[in-house]
Amino acid sequence: MEKTIQHNPDQVIVAENLTKKFGKFTAVDHISFEVKKGEIFGFLGANGAGKTTAMRMLCGLSIPTGGKGIVAGYDIGTQTELVKKSIGYMSQKFSLYDDLKVWENIELFGGIYGMKDAEIREKTDSLMKLLNFENERDKLVGSLPLGFKQKLAFSVSIFHSPKVVFLDEPTGGVDPITRRQFWELIYDATSRGITVFVTTHYMDEAEYCDRVSIMVDGKIEALDTPRNLKKQFNANNMDEVFQQLARKAKRVDS
Amino acid sequence: MIKYLLKKEFKQILRNPFLPKMIFMFPFMVLMVFPWAASYEIKNLNLSVIDNDHSSFSRELTQKVVSSNYFRLTNVSDDYNQALKSIEKNEADIILEIPAHFEKDLMNRQGAKIMVSANAVNGMKGGIGMTYLVSIVNDFNAGIVRQLMPVVQAGNSVPTIQIDSQYRFNPHLNYRVFMVPALMVMILTLLCGFLPAVSIVFEKELGTMEQINVSPIPKTTFILAKLIPFWLVGFIVITIGFLIAWAVYGLVPAGYFSTIYLFAAIYILTVSGLGLVISNYASTLQQAMFIVFFFMLVFIMLSGLYTPIDSMPNWAKWIAAFNPLKHFMDVMRAVYLKGSNPLQLSKELFALIGFAAFFNTWAVLSYQKRN
Repeated sequence: MEKTIQHNPDQVIVAENLTKKFGKFTAVDHISFEVKKGEIFGFLGANGAGKTTAMRMLCGLSIPTGGKGIVAGYDIGTQTELVKKSIGYMSQKFSLYDDLKVWENIELFGGIYGMKDAEIREKTDSLMKLLNFENERDKLVGSLPLGFKQKLAFSVSIFHSPKVVFLDEPTGGVDPITRRQFWELIYDATSRGITVFVTTHYMDEAEYCDRVSIMVDGKIEALDTPRNLKKQFNANNMDEVFQQLARKAKRVDS
Repeated sequence: MIKYLLKKEFKQILRNPFLPKMIFMFPFMVLMVFPWAASYEIKNLNLSVIDNDHSSFSRELTQKVVSSNYFRLTNVSDDYNQALKSIEKNEADIILEIPAHFEKDLMNRQGAKIMVSANAVNGMKGGIGMTYLVSIVNDFNAGIVRQLMPVVQAGNSVPTIQIDSQYRFNPHLNYRVFMVPALMVMILTLLCGFLPAVSIVFEKELGTMEQINVSPIPKTTFILAKLIPFWLVGFIVITIGFLIAWAVYGLVPAGYFSTIYLFAAIYILTVSGLGLVISNYASTLQQAMFIVFFFMLVFIMLSGLYTPIDSMPNWAKWIAAFNPLKHFMDVMRAVYLKGSNPLQLSKELFALIGFAAFFNTWAVLSYQKRN
């Protein structure tokens, strides 16, 4: 019997020896960490290091083969549906409906999370203003440029005010200006108390995080603030830190 | 919550550039074309005649055969071998050989023999052609008997049984009466079984499924939201079917429309449920299509659409007993032709309710929000 984790309301995500095996292959190998409320937690690692698998377990999309996880106060193994109510998720693949209009996508996902019609309408108006999207409101999402889509997807994932939002490489393929705007949206979310769990391959983005973990071959090899990590690895920037750690990887890039 | 999902499904169906057209065109295509082409009636059989007698009787017989509309005289040969060659060349389907002295033998009341030989590569065509030809010859024979023995004394006559056949429910054996209701079932099966399967797998491929799975939507709600639109599509499609059957073929069910709607409601749930089950197991459209085709083929072959279930071997009858298509086809034909009511069709009713419950429970259970 594994010991139950004492829940501390300040810790929004707790992972303890979280493990996922696919047959003989261990994608995620006993990882343990905590994420505090309101934090931006960067989850770094080379392709195939196990980031997405770990994130999918925390979101209740993938069943762990070992270890425990608590997200927003609920057990990811037994209280999956409660976890799902309290989180937002933006996957690597763009996943709003291309054949629905901007406002229809927002309405759909707001409705799915149990928001009332009036609340949805009101929040949609203010979101359209915030994003400068008033002209795009009635456009089909499929017709928008990628940068717009990504900002919209993020906004939809936090539309129902979740406690945590999981972002899986949210800025892949997006231009630097949009990336900057995107991070402004992330900061805006944390100012409202939403905890952000983000994976990225951009090392400048890693610098924006409060704390960063670096995964190598399914294990967490380093976890600290960007400043401390640079000190620890005697590096000028996060890129050098990443290079030193990722070079140890034995797994072939998937 | 389901309100939002239903809105989404309907908008997606209506905005699809292809689906709404397909939903309307498909019943038209199937019901306007197939009943004219997929016919049981064998017409225009090519006939080869070998007349060794050249008498008025032999000419009369040939004339009678050709004027029946079922045969076309395409070849006249001098002997059997030559006639056989015309079959090999596909110029003839059936050979009628009239021997020499045919008329003389008949006049002498000795009785005459003729030979009929059919190409049975297509067994059904050969068999039916043979039957037609034999009955024409019998008819001809009866005419000769009347002609040669005009007055038959009561005491002398041979006691014969005269058969007066009556075809109930389809007096003229019009195969369209039989095919059109069954084709409506086919259309429902294809549209309502195919579309839900494609719909979920498509979401899997796009990645939107992941966004749904990470949300707190209950499994049953999601499945229901996928099911209900296709249920309505099914009603539209079958109503179009009714209209075409009435306008083009003058077919109106002998029973009530409400009976058909009741059964259709359950049947659509059954096939949509099966489609959803398939989509839960298939991870790509290609896989889903193949599984759907497999089931469709088995369903159609063992449905009694073309070949009656009763003449199938026992194992096939068992498979057919678990074929929802067969049950609904029986219902449609019974209501259209006989005017049966749900009480008389209670066996099919319970079978279909059972299938619908089975497939939809399976669909909910097999839909995994996590792996």
